[in-house]
Amino acid sequence: MIELLDVSIQAGAFSLKNVSLSIPKGEYAVLMGRTGFGKTTILEAICGLRAIVSGQILIDGIDVTQKAPADRLIGYVPQDLALFPNLDVRSHLEFALRIRKQSRALIAERVNELAKILGIVHLIDRSIDKLSGGESQRVALGRAISFRPSVLLLDEPLSALDETTRNQMQELLRQVTRASQVTTLHITHNEDEAIALADRRFHLEDGQLTRR
Amino acid sequence: MIMGGLSSCFLLLIILMLAADLMFTSFDDFKAALLKPEIQAAFRLTLLSCSAATILALWVAVPLGYLLSRYQFFGRTVVDTLVDIPIVLPPLVLGLSLLILFHISIGGWELEDFLRNRVGFPVTYRWPAVVLAQFGVATAFAVRTMRVTFDQIDPRAEDVARTLGCSRGQAFLLIALPQAWRGILASATVAWARALGEFGPILVFAGATRMRTEVLSTTVFLELSVGELDAAVAVSLLMVAMAVVVLLLLRALGTGPSS
Repeated sequence: MIELLDVSIQAGAFSLKNVSLSIPKGEYAVLMGRTGFGKTTILEAICGLRAIVSGQILIDGIDVTQKAPADRLIGYVPQDLALFPNLDVRSHLEFALRIRKQSRALIAERVNELAKILGIVHLIDRSIDKLSGGESQRVALGRAISFRPSVLLLDEPLSALDETTRNQMQELLRQVTRASQVTTLHITHNEDEAIALADRRFHLEDGQLTRR
Repeated sequence: MIMGGLSSCFLLLIILMLAADLMFTSFDDFKAALLKPEIQAAFRLTLLSCSAATILALWVAVPLGYLLSRYQFFGRTVVDTLVDIPIVLPPLVLGLSLLILFHISIGGWELEDFLRNRVGFPVTYRWPAVVLAQFGVATAFAVRTMRVTFDQIDPRAEDVARTLGCSRGQAFLLIALPQAWRGILASATVAWARALGEFGPILVFAGATRMRTEVLSTTVFLELSVGELDAAVAVSLLMVAMAVVVLLLLRALGTGPSS
């Protein structure tokens, strides 16, 4: 479950005031709104990469407002994916588990499971600079869900994909999120994408977040 | 046309200087100079002191370059300016400042005295002074190179690493640092080249004692001062060769992060 309670964020000259939203556990929410209105800023605040001025951020009922990003247990796929240039596909899927000092057997099992779910078994030892846009998206998604977070934040994850790949990725997102019961907040400009994926929809305009 | 002419004049000046050096000396003079025990000792000390100064410079430059590239903090502008001071300071002033720092008496306590008598590690007019003088300038250039390197690396990957469970330190070590390897090599090369060319601070702070604090740049000065022009030119050419190797290495590595 994701809850924002009267959250205010200041980012240079840009500010958002008293933003509140609630997404029940396991639901898939889509956030829409014009470019530059602060959608990404909200996502960054939820995962702890941007400090908030006031308000509270709760994940599964726990106040994480003052917690470091590492302690929030949130999977995050930024718009630019930000894959690690020094790591191959396997290392991306292993990364969060290695940081958590999981056993080798458990890491190998989880990586194999993810590779099968995401359809990237044949890419597992490939360098990330040799991946297509859709393949990169799958790796970024796998990296974000590898440690079984309770919340998944997706910042326009399908915007750079062609229609066929986008439809495949939509289907994959639906399968993965439903199977893992992860609470998801997904930013998009695409109406079809929102209709296909959303359990609930939010719209951000002029600093006001409304449910639709 | 005019720009081409001006550029040609500069290039011609460099080529003519090197050609004059080469014409002035013969292979026998060069060989004789390099066989002198003093010059061989200076060559060894140059290699060792430049390498030591470079390693020390990297230990400072990598974290400081990262700090200046990634973080906004109180006094950042002051730190940024302080880093550049060894670059703009006249070399003799840097040496004099080091000498004064180690010998100024504060309430009867003196740094050099403390290091010599308490720690058993005298610095002034010994080899550590050579390394410290080289370190002062080399670090300033290394920090600049590392800062540019980290500026060119997208911090988003480190942000994502933090959401995956990394502390800031782990994100730096596991994500930023491996991407910066070319910049680190470039930084090391710049630091080494700067240390090689250092003369003024070494002369003032470490002296120019043969077989003890003599590096190749001081060798040129010492040979000139006793009228041994052939040996001075031979050592100069040796330094030119070392500098060219370093510059070619730098050119091969580039100054940016790995793509």
